[in-house]
Amino acid sequence: MSDLLSVRDLRVTFSLRRQGAMPWARPTLLHAVNGVEFTLRAGETLGIVGESGCGKSTLARALIGLVPASGQAEWIDGRDLLALTPRQMMAYRQDIQMVFQDPLASLNPRMNVGQIIAEPLVTHRPDLPRAEIRARVRAMMEKVGLLPNQINRYPHEFSGGQCQRIGIARALILEPKLVICDEPVSALDVSIQAQVINLLIRLQKEMGLSLIFIAHDLSVVKHVSDRVMVLYLGKVMELASAGALYASPQHPYTQALLSAVPVPDPTIEAARTIVPLKGDLPSPLNPPSGCVFRTRCPRAEARCAAEVPALAGGDHAVACHFPGPLTEAEIARAREVA
Amino acid sequence: MVIDQKKMQSLSDRMVEAEVKGRSPWADARRRFFRNRAAMLGLTILVLVTLFALFGGALAQWSNEELDFSVMGRVAELGAPSLANGHYFGTDNLGRDLYARTVQGTQISLMVGIVGAAIAVIVGTLYGATAGYVGGRTDQIMMRAVDILMSIPYMFVLILLLVMFGRSMSMLFLGIGLISWLDMSRIVRGQTLSLKNREFVEAARATGVSSFRIIIRHIVPNLLGVVAVYATLLVPLMILTESFISFLGLGVQEPLTSWGALISEGAGTMNYGTLWQLAFPLFFFVITLFGFFFVGDGLRDALDPKER
Amino acid sequence: MALLDITGLSVGFQTHDGIVRAVQNVTLSLDQGETLGIVGESGSGKSQLSFAIMGLLARNGHASGSVRFDGQEILNAPPKVINRIRAEQIAMIFQDPMTSLNPYMRVADQMAEVLVLHKGMSKREAVAESVRMLDAVRIPDAKGRVRLYPHEFSGGMRQRVMIAMALLCRPRLLIADEPTTALDVTVQAQIMQLLADLRRDFGMAMILITHDLGVVAGSCERVAVMYGGRIRETGPVQPIFADPAHPYTQGLLDAIPRVDQPDEELRAIPGQPPNMSRPPSGCAFEPRCPYRRAECAAIDPPLEDFAPDRARACLAGLDELRDRRMRVEPRPDLVAAGDGAAETDLHAADLPEGAVAGAGAAGSTLSPRKETRP
Repeated sequence: MSDLLSVRDLRVTFSLRRQGAMPWARPTLLHAVNGVEFTLRAGETLGIVGESGCGKSTLARALIGLVPASGQAEWIDGRDLLALTPRQMMAYRQDIQMVFQDPLASLNPRMNVGQIIAEPLVTHRPDLPRAEIRARVRAMMEKVGLLPNQINRYPHEFSGGQCQRIGIARALILEPKLVICDEPVSALDVSIQAQVINLLIRLQKEMGLSLIFIAHDLSVVKHVSDRVMVLYLGKVMELASAGALYASPQHPYTQALLSAVPVPDPTIEAARTIVPLKGDLPSPLNPPSGCVFRTRCPRAEARCAAEVPALAGGDHAVACHFPGPLTEAEIARAREVA
Repeated sequence: MVIDQKKMQSLSDRMVEAEVKGRSPWADARRRFFRNRAAMLGLTILVLVTLFALFGGALAQWSNEELDFSVMGRVAELGAPSLANGHYFGTDNLGRDLYARTVQGTQISLMVGIVGAAIAVIVGTLYGATAGYVGGRTDQIMMRAVDILMSIPYMFVLILLLVMFGRSMSMLFLGIGLISWLDMSRIVRGQTLSLKNREFVEAARATGVSSFRIIIRHIVPNLLGVVAVYATLLVPLMILTESFISFLGLGVQEPLTSWGALISEGAGTMNYGTLWQLAFPLFFFVITLFGFFFVGDGLRDALDPKER
Repeated sequence: MALLDITGLSVGFQTHDGIVRAVQNVTLSLDQGETLGIVGESGSGKSQLSFAIMGLLARNGHASGSVRFDGQEILNAPPKVINRIRAEQIAMIFQDPMTSLNPYMRVADQMAEVLVLHKGMSKREAVAESVRMLDAVRIPDAKGRVRLYPHEFSGGMRQRVMIAMALLCRPRLLIADEPTTALDVTVQAQIMQLLADLRRDFGMAMILITHDLGVVAGSCERVAVMYGGRIRETGPVQPIFADPAHPYTQGLLDAIPRVDQPDEELRAIPGQPPNMSRPPSGCAFEPRCPYRRAECAAIDPPLEDFAPDRARACLAGLDELRDRRMRVEPRPDLVAAGDGAAETDLHAADLPEGAVAGAGAAGSTLSPRKETRP
């Protein structure tokens, strides 16, 4: 299988200017995404997890060209998406689409469902006759589980789950190769969440899509992803197949994260040992030297402050000087500190 | 389960045949607006006042310039409102028919209000939406320009303009138009800024929809609610401004008149027992302002039900 | 005697689209020191239930029934009584800490104010007590941080400050409304651990309102599952998770992916949640229920005990439920979605205007809820 997208050293830097600062004052730099690299195979789902402020949404927006980024993002045809002019990028926008977090907010309240779903089609295929567009929209509505006769309705007449289906239909109408889903189910109720997850998985199989699935809910990511990438402060901590990552997490951060996920089973819950993280997330304006996780890591040593660990290890890549499962003693120490 | 499937199937078959009509947010707002009693009262008043301005002249027995020599000089005794001599609203101090003059004043005042608001809507919306959507330095420059214009005491400038270039309708429109769009552009810019970061605009940008289309299809339709509300509240503001200017004696020029001019005249003679000269123009002035405020409030409630 | 006794509590909201029955006929009791989880999705009425207990309903809301706290009736009690109880006996924490923190006051002043007012402490004592409480919620350097303003704390720390503030008067009951929903998992784990410790140390009872079954499994002794404004199943946490006796509870448990189990296709609950401004005539879950039968559309079954300490509101037999749990196949998505929409259209003709389709329960109860937050 060839790589649909290979991303190298992707960086997104925001320059923040203090309110009321003089125009010549030097702005502070915020590295929201700081040298991320990964590859995405055709037809694969890459899950991206991390806590708020880890840069996962920024990463998604950078890939789709909503925020400027540096580095390389090589598409399957060898072109670097980040080096394209806006005009050249237009051709690729058909292939990369996005599903947003807030189902209602991502739909223009003044447009009806037909207009919303048709918008990408109207933008990229202005040659299509109206009847053809409408037919395609109706077919797509059916595909995502909406009744096609609802085509004239407005977003506020649908529930959250149905709105998310509309958002999915809009993303798929151009038959893209890659769909980036930014927290597509976190605003939905549990029972509706499962409907949308099942729908995404089914459509992915049917249409041979690649998905980048961003979420903070580790259980959901495990369920949909082939491979999972863990982000912390804009850097990749661990990248492995979903099975390997959840069964034997190597990075201390991944282990802490997984230990914190509640399981709907009282017996397991009672026996669960949480690896607590000490302190707060450091400010991304002033990240720690060396390994960004070291300030909260139960295993940090002098070397961690001095050297930035590289992401290494092939299929199960870890960015840690001392990877491996935490020992009982380390967990106990972590609990004491926190 | 089997029965359900069948039921669902027949149901969806039936449903597919007819496309369901959607209720657009506009239709919703219209429904809420028409349910609002105060707003409907306001709307009725405005319609009646407009009809009065358009067709009231046909009922007049006197033109607005004719002097009725029979009452001249004895206005306080003979010029009172009466059906018999055709002066429904009485006469003014010179013996001109107040009914005809009120019709004309209504026409001019409404026109000033509506033209002023229209300039504000068109210029303010485009200016504000552009500044807000483009952002960055362009936004900075455009909004600082507005700040500078706003910091000029406009009443003073307006009076200077009218004194320097002479009193004329076009000068009045120009003066009022110059100031009316400033607030509107600020409001629109603020709204645009918040809309710009909404996910549906991001979604459009991500698919490559052009900036122009985004402004026209996504930003402006979502602004219209605020703009409509502000515009209805702006009309009475414009009328008030014009009235104030006319009250100072700098507004429209004789023989033209406006509510402000009529009220000014009426107020000047109220000590001589000709109260009707003040009462009739004032009555129209007040109910129109009420009408606009009621409609504006109703529109706001209708367009933004959550804010209540 | 139970600490909190709720009998036949109903809450309705007067809205443009008619009366929204957010909570219907809820009966619950909570013992001293016990933890009760109330689970439900948005629009299930779980939050309105707690607002009704606290006397914090929006102006267009009306509660009926009875809520007795320590034997004293507090539902629709005079403001003087309820204020006193709210300050000293029952405390509440929210998803967003800023709802109960004043952004313009230093934490020390806010906390001390409560103590000066209700415990008659001097300012100096009150500040010292506040620092002790911040220590208890494990805020490092509490002495120094007490001088800060709320926005100077991080999200998790702010949550701790709010908890400290809620606990100042040593309440006997803490109502936590989605206390960790806005937080990251690692912070959530810490806050839940903290709540458990504090509950033990202070001997408080707690009502935990959440949509997250995982959180309930980890920290509650008893659970009440709400759907469409009513309790559908209640009982101790162990048997409910091991052997759910209501189709909705089953559905919820089957619908969540789990980190600790291999992936299989999620069994989604088809359809959409009910619109509570025009609830279904029978059981609210009937349109989405795999076990529904003809009478379900007409009868809303009452909550009945079926085992010691367990109750459920369902007509389907227990055996059937246990049997079919394994057999129920996920329905195709098209039907799932069409369900909600088509159903509403069927009735559209005899509905008041404005009640169409998915405007949903959540939509209608959202605005009163917003106002409710103090």
